[in-house]
Amino acid sequence: MTSQTPIEDSIREKLTTALQPTTLEIYNDSHLHAHHQAMQGVTSKETHFRLVITSEAFQSKMQPARHRLVYSLLKDELAREGGIHALQLRTMTPQEEEQRRAQEAGAE
Amino acid sequence: MFSRTILSRQLRQPATTLLLRSTTTTAPASSSGSFLLSLAAQRRLLSDATRKAIDKAVSSAPVVLFMKGTPETPQCGFSRASIQVLGLQGVDPNKFAAFNVLEDDELRQGIKEYSDWPTIPQLYVDKEFIGGCDIIVSMHQSGELAKLLEEKKVLATESEAETEAQGGKKE
Repeated sequence: MTSQTPIEDSIREKLTTALQPTTLEIYNDSHLHAHHQAMQGVTSKETHFRLVITSEAFQSKMQPARHRLVYSLLKDELAREGGIHALQLRTMTPQEEEQRRAQEAGAE
Repeated sequence: MFSRTILSRQLRQPATTLLLRSTTTTAPASSSGSFLLSLAAQRRLLSDATRKAIDKAVSSAPVVLFMKGTPETPQCGFSRASIQVLGLQGVDPNKFAAFNVLEDDELRQGIKEYSDWPTIPQLYVDKEFIGGCDIIVSMHQSGELAKLLEEKKVLATESEAETEAQGGKKE
């Protein structure tokens, strides 16, 4: 059967293979942006994604380098006509994720 | 704060337009469909003329934002969020320039290659690429952005009225 979410599948497959993430959350926010002018005439339900990625691969890389790494892995999906229009990223190392958890727990 | 209100209003000046079209060679725009056009744009190497024009744009002010729409009327939520952050940080409008990529397809495609960054908005400080909206917002939240903008001396200084109240030293 053809997947209903080919782009999401492709994101998951490519990032899992390349980054071996300990956390990979993929949110499809396309419905929130469907009314935007830039989306006129676009039929794809997979245009806006928000990703939360935790991976050792981000170790000793600044944020722009981490984002570039993800962008390069999803180059085809971003470049393709009718592909990903917007991609929000949160990139962390396992240590940073741990720190964030501790902070959030402390704040409660 | 009162001065912040004025600053953010000043920051909402019209975005600068870069005219690249006439100076560069592009794929024939006439008969090709938009699909072919965008393929051509992606494959084309950044021409010298485009690169020079973008160099000029990047160095036109200490803080430069490439965005969709203008600071006054952003055409995209991510561009809007980025402008809002710069306003909240108190960036000096005299040290800021915005370029609307929607007005110029050459710029829109060129800046992606120039920065090796596929999305817009894009922020430059002192000709250095800082990042897109997610990075701007996360640096804003962590305090890194305030630190950077202060180090680069691009924040609006205290108003003259306040300086006078503090003794009005003259140099």
